[in-house]
Amino acid sequence: MGKWTRRAFVSAGVLAGGVVVFGVAVRPGNRASKVRDLIANSEESVFNVWLKISPDNSVTAIVPHAEMGQGVHTTLAMMLADELDADWNQVKFIEAPAVSEFANYALGKGFVAGDIDFPEFLVDTVDGFFLTVMKAMDMQITGGSSSVPMTGQFGMRVAGAATRAVLLEAAAESWGVPSHELVASKGLIMHAGSSREATFAEFAPRAAELDLPVKPHLKSPHEFTIMGTDVQRFDVPAKVDGSARFGIDAAPPGMKYATVKASPVFGTHIKSIDESSVQDMPGLRKVINLGDAVAIVADGYWQAKKALDRLHVEFETGDSDSVEQSDIFNRFVADMDAATAGRDEIIDLETGDTESALDRSSKIIEAEYRVPYLSHAPMEPMNCTAWMHDGLCEIWTGTQNPLGFAAEVAASLEMDVEDVRLHNAYLGGGFGRRAFPDYTIQAARIAAEVPYPVKLIWSREEDMRHDHYRQASVSRFRAGLDSDGNPTAWINQYVDKHDPKEAPYPPYGIENQYIHYAESATHVPWGFWRSVDHSLHAFFTESFIDELAFSADKDPYQYRHDLLSNAPRFQRVLDLAAEKAGWDASLPDNWGRGIAVHKSFGTIVAQVVEVEIVDGRVFPRRAICAVDAGYAMHPDGMKAQMESGIIYGLTAALYSNISIRRGAVAQSNFHDYEMLRMDESPEIETYIINSGEKVGGAGEPGTPAIAPALVNAIFNATGKRIRELPVKLHDLTDGNLESKDVV
Amino acid sequence: MITLNVNGETHDLEVDPTTPLLWVIREQIGLIGTKFGCGIAQCGACTIHLNGAPIRSCVTPVQAADGQQITTIEGVAGDAELHPVQQAWIDEQVPQCGYCQSGQVMSAVALLDANPSPSDNEIDAAMSGNICRCGTYPRIRRGIKRAALAIAAAPEDQETING
Repeated sequence: MGKWTRRAFVSAGVLAGGVVVFGVAVRPGNRASKVRDLIANSEESVFNVWLKISPDNSVTAIVPHAEMGQGVHTTLAMMLADELDADWNQVKFIEAPAVSEFANYALGKGFVAGDIDFPEFLVDTVDGFFLTVMKAMDMQITGGSSSVPMTGQFGMRVAGAATRAVLLEAAAESWGVPSHELVASKGLIMHAGSSREATFAEFAPRAAELDLPVKPHLKSPHEFTIMGTDVQRFDVPAKVDGSARFGIDAAPPGMKYATVKASPVFGTHIKSIDESSVQDMPGLRKVINLGDAVAIVADGYWQAKKALDRLHVEFETGDSDSVEQSDIFNRFVADMDAATAGRDEIIDLETGDTESALDRSSKIIEAEYRVPYLSHAPMEPMNCTAWMHDGLCEIWTGTQNPLGFAAEVAASLEMDVEDVRLHNAYLGGGFGRRAFPDYTIQAARIAAEVPYPVKLIWSREEDMRHDHYRQASVSRFRAGLDSDGNPTAWINQYVDKHDPKEAPYPPYGIENQYIHYAESATHVPWGFWRSVDHSLHAFFTESFIDELAFSADKDPYQYRHDLLSNAPRFQRVLDLAAEKAGWDASLPDNWGRGIAVHKSFGTIVAQVVEVEIVDGRVFPRRAICAVDAGYAMHPDGMKAQMESGIIYGLTAALYSNISIRRGAVAQSNFHDYEMLRMDESPEIETYIINSGEKVGGAGEPGTPAIAPALVNAIFNATGKRIRELPVKLHDLTDGNLESKDVV
Repeated sequence: MITLNVNGETHDLEVDPTTPLLWVIREQIGLIGTKFGCGIAQCGACTIHLNGAPIRSCVTPVQAADGQQITTIEGVAGDAELHPVQQAWIDEQVPQCGYCQSGQVMSAVALLDANPSPSDNEIDAAMSGNICRCGTYPRIRRGIKRAALAIAAAPEDQETING
């Protein structure tokens, strides 16, 4: 085939236009054959990369996102099917393969730009810019809570609506009636005047020849028939009977097993390997030096693991070998002090004049908070199966970024990316970890050394010690209160900024704000962790606002409410959480109640936590969550994501602490990186507000506010203000209030 | 030679007797619904039944199961299409990523076999060995209660399932 054109794809019956409008990276020179596998038989018509209609009138949504438990395959299919007016019982899905036609430019735009609304006249320009960026980055990421707000709103709904429009146009043409007299419903097109009725499939071939409308009419919420309902998720049945296939379940014929040990101190390499130490081990196939890690290939995982445990390996020494966690925190503080002293602060946000506001204030409050490194610890340890054969590298794994992983493997093996075939599977948890391709590159490099497929499985210890960690950080606050106790100045300095940009900004009406940060490099690799920078900044800002309320002798809920008078959407969410919690109801002795509110990824979440302190141990008994994501496409799925975000955030706040000892991660498994378990899990109530505002995400926004709500509840119960996470570092058996940081 | 009876089928295996049952079930027998999570009996993803009792297969040497009855997630429904616990998991839409759920279901089935109407505290005690990183605990709790009601309503089915 010659140079790619939109019409060429249509006429080939492979791809049609809509997708180009929405910027999925389709590049000249790509061949249609790569998507031809998606077409089961020649009678099917593909309208664009997001849906196909089969002769039996079934609709298949082709979803370019990984399923890692958030129900995305179902929710995205709902959005498409509703706009199409398909019959939900005839809707199926397949995950889009890792080919560049599915590159996920809409996500890039959302993630890079945050939830900024672009002025209409700029949209074309901005889209063009981000299209270019995403093409360069080969992104096909599931993350940033982007699936519904980005792919769903910009991709699935528009594709469904545009396809519906051309189906109606084809029907009108065939029947010789005006298209506005036609009604589409449950996969059928009807004309009342002539009592005619036919399936979508009947008109699909002709519709594929028509031009898709660039901006089709989208439904209003009152017209939704599928969106906003609690349909059962596609993936649940296979996840209760053991038949769901995760990356770790891949089994190409003749497969052997591998496991690895990387140099414990990040950035160092292997000095020597004594292969004689394992030469007689049963089932052993090969010892491979990967430079920064050693791999053992054997007939079974257990044989590989036992050999690896016995293998004598010496690692090179390096500058980071002596680094302790306390050194890292000390350096953070020193770099913050140096930035302030040298006036080379990196300004994040500056409004008004904080210095003169402080001078006029009645009271100045200061506090310093700390958070540790965090590991993702998904239940499925990192793993990848790879097979080099016939000039191809075939990969089976679970990834949040299939296309990016394929590109990384190709670069690592110096192969053409067209020769890397990546099969994505269900992810046994992602949380940001499976956006980093290290384990996949390792598997491909091991496979390049042997003539059979190899399944690489990391031990839990390897998974925990070679993660890409949520950053540790220190955050300092200084606020000035007026005579009514309201903040007039808000100064915040912290260490190490990632994404999204707005994470540290308080939602409150505070006239003078100065937020700045210092950089302080460490040798610990960083990674996206559920809600990214929001996971720490909500703890900082929502703890500090609680301290201000206490200093002002005001109720922490009422204080927030009053400071949100110019942010009615926030106020509504906050009020709903407080109301449902019964904010003013009394609690038993040793119980406490705390509140927090935070917006992330376009979604506002307010949470109230009730804790009971038993012999110094904290039990979160009840969590009340109010959420405004604009519109909940799948209300039960939204609730499930809030529950999930709450448990994930509570686990981190109570227990999670990755610390560096002699340059390496000290923790290794669930006995020293503890998890919240059933007996500590609170009852959770979620209340949804459909405000009609721009649609936000669900996977991440449940996490940020829960840590401050928890420590605020502990303060309410004990009078002890926890300024360093996790909570387990603190002795709560003595509930004396310490007010050392209140000036 | 080690003989395992897994879900009613007999397997004669040449295998290092110290190999954890988990890897024999996954790699030799090819039943891959049972999952590897931690390798030290801390997470419960590998939970199976040995003679009807829940065990962590990642730390149980295969020789300990020689000649005994093993049930995995693939066999827990018996002749029925789904065990009441599995049906309750669907009704409550329990799983998210789903990776831990084979182990959760096996722990829940064992609990209900031993105690058909468990209290909240008894559910906590039986289920706290199973970690779920997606935080499905509230739904698991509801699922167990729903399954308990279903089993109580149809005692003959229960016998079939466990027979």
